[in-house]
Amino acid sequence: MDMSPSTIRPKLTARGVNVFYGDAQALNQVDLDIRAHEVTALIGPSGCGKSTFLRCLNRMNDLIEICRVDGDIRLDGEDIYDPAVNLVYLRARIGMVFQKPNPFPKPIYDNVAYGPKIHGLARSRAEMDEIVASSLERAGLWDEVKDRLDAPATGLSGGQQQRLCIARAIAVRPEVILMDEPCSSLDPIATARIEALMDELRQNFTIVIVTHSMQQAARVSQRTAFFHLGDLVEVGDTDTVFTQPVDPRTESYISGRIG
Amino acid sequence: MTDPRQSPTETILASLPRRRRAEARFHFYGIAAIGIALGFLILLIGAIGHQGIGAFSQTEIALDVTLDESVLDPSGTRDPETLSTANYRAVVRAALGEIFPEAVRKRRDRRKLTALVSIGAGFELRELVLADPGLIGRTMRVWVPADDEVDMLFKGVTVRDSGRFTEKQLGWLDRLEAEGRIRSAFNWRFFSNGDSREPELAGILGAMSGSFFALVTCLALSFPLGVMAAIYLEEFAPRNRWTDLVEININNLAAVPSIVFGLLGLAVFLGFMGLARSAPLVGGMVLALMTLPTIIIVTRASLHAVPPSIREAAIGLGASRMQAMLHHTLPLATPGIMTGTIIGMARALGELAPLIMIGMVAFIVDVPQGLLDPASALPVQVYIWADSPERAFAEKTAAAIIVLLAFLVVMNLTAVILRRRFERRW
Repeated sequence: MDMSPSTIRPKLTARGVNVFYGDAQALNQVDLDIRAHEVTALIGPSGCGKSTFLRCLNRMNDLIEICRVDGDIRLDGEDIYDPAVNLVYLRARIGMVFQKPNPFPKPIYDNVAYGPKIHGLARSRAEMDEIVASSLERAGLWDEVKDRLDAPATGLSGGQQQRLCIARAIAVRPEVILMDEPCSSLDPIATARIEALMDELRQNFTIVIVTHSMQQAARVSQRTAFFHLGDLVEVGDTDTVFTQPVDPRTESYISGRIG
Repeated sequence: MTDPRQSPTETILASLPRRRRAEARFHFYGIAAIGIALGFLILLIGAIGHQGIGAFSQTEIALDVTLDESVLDPSGTRDPETLSTANYRAVVRAALGEIFPEAVRKRRDRRKLTALVSIGAGFELRELVLADPGLIGRTMRVWVPADDEVDMLFKGVTVRDSGRFTEKQLGWLDRLEAEGRIRSAFNWRFFSNGDSREPELAGILGAMSGSFFALVTCLALSFPLGVMAAIYLEEFAPRNRWTDLVEININNLAAVPSIVFGLLGLAVFLGFMGLARSAPLVGGMVLALMTLPTIIIVTRASLHAVPPSIREAAIGLGASRMQAMLHHTLPLATPGIMTGTIIGMARALGELAPLIMIGMVAFIVDVPQGLLDPASALPVQVYIWADSPERAFAEKTAAAIIVLLAFLVVMNLTAVILRRRFERRW
């Protein structure tokens, strides 16, 4: 299969995106394409706007009252900031995994079943069981929890909780999964499991991940975008960005001189 | 102060005893503060308990009552109308005459003798007969309440030579006691009667019933209104000058003296809307006004305490804001909301001032049966009894306070238990 950039229609396109928190500008004229079935890593020092950009993609920034987004972001060619867009539908298509594992303080089963339940994706209890089981399986958690689906999710370890959050996100069968530093509160073993998981998941989903760890970006992503002080400095194939960065700022960041 | 040649370790070591002493002093102050507070609490409860415990027992006199048909039902029809208006007082007098034949010859003695027995004795005989008309014509031993002055004497509150009794009366009482016709029994009348001018007949049921109806009204109004207002303000309202203004005013309302709410109720509910005076409905509405700000503030605080990550998780999955709130935020905030509501209700239960303004301080004998019957309330009853001159009302006052405190303790305990039971970690 030809995977060259010119032949792939991007899943998400951002053009001229500016984000303001009150008077402060957090993102400045960002143009970025996210390709389907790839892992795109957003890297950069703290406060560079990478998380802000991620949260623009499923309009989570709408929850922040002082936040204002302008520019053009399209999912499969449709403007997601169109006033006619239904946010519930948008967020069902673009799922999200947060930095800190945030399971609902409910049983494990209910956590995974919540998304399908509110969207009416299961017609029967058996179908729901199937969705829960397959989601947990794909998140690599099934074997650890299959005997205690009624146990509270908050009793799981941090790494398990984060995989549960991934299972919860994929249970809705979104097209894109946004991950905001999903491994930042996890130990190396749990991190490795989640990284392996991302590689499997990209067969079915488009993944955008914000990460502080350049090693992680190098390991899991096909494309890397480097943000600095609200600007998208450089974007390209991960190998290229890490070995032959074009911009001097990128070079100093990946070699550890800034950030 | 510090010797520059000293190493940091030495400086720190030198400061340790001083810090330890400061720590110990601080502990002592804390324990002393708690000790003083507890001491006053024990003193208060002890004093009220000591004074009020007497009201839970009542001196009773045994009479061998002949339910004479010629007195109670001369026509022999057993018509309830006749039976309820018959002269039971005469039956009581006759029974006393049986015991003291020499005393009923003179009219003055007769009156002095009858005064030893409560006026309620006749009422209680009537209840007996109405419940079972077959008793008419029979003679039976009945324990009837003694007059409150006799009650006080036997409880040791007053002394024999206080001038409240004549020598003759004291002699009669001695004879009754010697014959085993005097006992101290549990005062069930205190819990089954409404208010009365006669202390030995006065009960708390009317006030409890009034308080109950007022609190039900208060809860039914303030809980849904308060929770809805809080949810909207916390989760949906935009932050702007108007919502700021609303917020400031809610906080101000929570600090408004309760009597002002009473005035508002008087002007609006009674004056403008023309609702019934002294009704628990209006009392409940006024208490609801008073409780509303508390419930709004507590509910907002509980909603605010739910971590935003939970809300974000739900919204990230495609839940609408309402779904995120109803499915996740609100259930997690429920224990806090319930605790706050119960504490608000407990405050409303003990509130007197606004009820004065809307006329719930009337002397009401009948136990209210509904929201529109004239009623008093527990704190009102305390106030009325505290204001009554009869000696025996002092212990009734204390006993009413005990009942009020018991309800408050039960409510606050419920709040604590609910919080313990539903508190969840996240």
